[in-house]
Amino acid sequence: MNAMPGWADAIVVPLISVLIAFAISSGVILAIGESPVEAMTLMVTGALGSSYGWGYTLYYATNFIFTGLAVAVAFHAGLFNIGGEGQATLGGLGVALACLFVPWPHWSLALIGAMAAGAAFGALWAALPGWLQARRGSHVVITTIMFNFIAAAVLNYVLVNVLRPTGSMDPATARFPGATNLPTLGEILGAIGIPFSRSTPANVSLFVALAACVAVWLLIWRTRAGYEIRAFGKSDRAAVYAGISPVRITMLAMLVSGALAGLMAINNVMGEAERLMLNAVEGAGFIGIAVALMGRSHPFGVLLAALLFGFLYQGGAELALWTSIPRELITVIQALVILFTGALDNMVRQPVEALFLRLRKGAK
Amino acid sequence: MDLPTALQILDSMIRLGTPLLLACLAGLFSERAGIFDIGLEGKMLSAAFLSAAVAFVTGSVWLGVLAGLVAALMMSAIHGLASITFRGNQLISGVAINFLASGLTVLLGQYWFALGGRTPSLEGAARFQPITLPFAQELREVPVLGLIYAELISGHTALVYLAFALVPLSWWLLYRTRFGLRLRAVGENPAAVDTAGVSVVGIRYAAVAICGLLTGLAGAYLACGLSAGFVKEMTAGRGYIALAALIFAKWRPWQALAATMLFGLLEAVANRYQSLDLWGVPLPVQFMQALPYILTVVILAGFVGKAIPPRAGGQPYVKER
Repeated sequence: MNAMPGWADAIVVPLISVLIAFAISSGVILAIGESPVEAMTLMVTGALGSSYGWGYTLYYATNFIFTGLAVAVAFHAGLFNIGGEGQATLGGLGVALACLFVPWPHWSLALIGAMAAGAAFGALWAALPGWLQARRGSHVVITTIMFNFIAAAVLNYVLVNVLRPTGSMDPATARFPGATNLPTLGEILGAIGIPFSRSTPANVSLFVALAACVAVWLLIWRTRAGYEIRAFGKSDRAAVYAGISPVRITMLAMLVSGALAGLMAINNVMGEAERLMLNAVEGAGFIGIAVALMGRSHPFGVLLAALLFGFLYQGGAELALWTSIPRELITVIQALVILFTGALDNMVRQPVEALFLRLRKGAK
Repeated sequence: MDLPTALQILDSMIRLGTPLLLACLAGLFSERAGIFDIGLEGKMLSAAFLSAAVAFVTGSVWLGVLAGLVAALMMSAIHGLASITFRGNQLISGVAINFLASGLTVLLGQYWFALGGRTPSLEGAARFQPITLPFAQELREVPVLGLIYAELISGHTALVYLAFALVPLSWWLLYRTRFGLRLRAVGENPAAVDTAGVSVVGIRYAAVAICGLLTGLAGAYLACGLSAGFVKEMTAGRGYIALAALIFAKWRPWQALAATMLFGLLEAVANRYQSLDLWGVPLPVQFMQALPYILTVVILAGFVGKAIPPRAGGQPYVKER
């Protein structure tokens, strides 16, 4: 029997963890001589106080939904995919190739083509670590870390030596053709009569990300493959006993995970930059870890956590603009969220469990 | 390639390999005791920052080193608390430590020095100075060996010699002492150690603390030896390369020396030549940079000898009741 009800496990424990993380972050802000209240006010107005701020918040959130879902799917299979960064990098390469070398007639077709290419490249980059884990027993954490660095080197080589337009010093591809430019959120909302800032990078990819949340939920909780993934993640031995193939499930989970990370590129590469640059992912692959941990690997939780991190990212940028607090404050908050919702989970969980046990005894 | 060029590259190999060696030995102690540590990068980074900051303010490099050790030990304490006391996920804790260091160093650096996360440049006694070994100048005239002695062996900073001395010391500690036996046993079969009446928690904390001290030295060397001050993200993935070297060395000290020097050599060659021709095949510089990681994946895949990690690695120990 569980020590506490499901809702406490899903809501109370993560909430306390996040509150602790934010309390310590406030302490850090105090320690560097700034006011946490002022900082928070600035972040809220900067990220949520205008449709311009919302545009950036939602743009960042879109990235984090994709990478968060990627980590979450692997978590369900008991795999820790730290390779979201590399998979999203390669996804960017796939999207760039699709946009540059196929003459798309309309953005909607280009989007489908780019999604296929990004997902395929991301999945490919996750396939090898997955295969090595499944067949050769090489730990997927270490191999995905290595593949992040190899991805960075591959992208560097391709941008400098292959895709860079002649005469350009900048290690980046040429601009994608106009037909591949995605409609921004401002244009979409403007078309149905809602005024929204048109100078933000949020774009139609947001809806793809929301659809991905639903698709992942269906996959994990409404399909046989999803059941097998969860069974394997809970207990690989029991899963094998039930006739579930570890190789198949490991490969499946890593391919889906890599594809989701690769899909991120339709937002940052195709939607925002409209060309492929070095370091386009900007750490979003790693933020996916925090997002998945905080969202308890549930698509809805991932969505909420991604929104929170989108807010932190945009708010942090505003903070760096108006105060002397550097953007790296967000990295600290991110670290504390990972620490308390992930590694120090038991520290928060044990007292809450003890409290529920005591309450239950009292009720009897 | 003539002798002086070769010596220059090898000299650079030693300089670049030293932080890797220290971090690799750090990981060795931790992982041999069953605590995975992907937070080497963050511990090095925090040590690099605090050592440079304190060395600048006090003007003494040794006080800087001391501060670096404290910084890395504090990070180790978090890792120990999460992975030993609260039996959390060691990999997630490592990831958190890397981010924590990456954020805090810039935050504090900007607050203290307002240089965008850098520390001011270190000069004089605030930096490690090269040590000229006895008779280096006199023996220089001796053909080949004299030059090797004067150019390659002499003229490094104190931490380089310390790092090399730590290799046999680590070997002796791990394989020839009671503590080392227990440490290795805790990483393979903690229940057996517990049955023998030895504290698994105590040994693991000791291993994590040693890991902190060694990453502290690695970070201090980076900021006060290899460069003159701290810059943002100056570890630049070295913690991960050390992790790769650890797997390459299959968790053994002497092999760790060989692996880190190999990776140091790769970095030295990549720094010196922008493109290399190897028997007519052009090797891009990006390939040289990625080579340590590619080699590690090949080793991990078990095609060239199998790398088997300590058996209890990554699992929190739950005492039977």
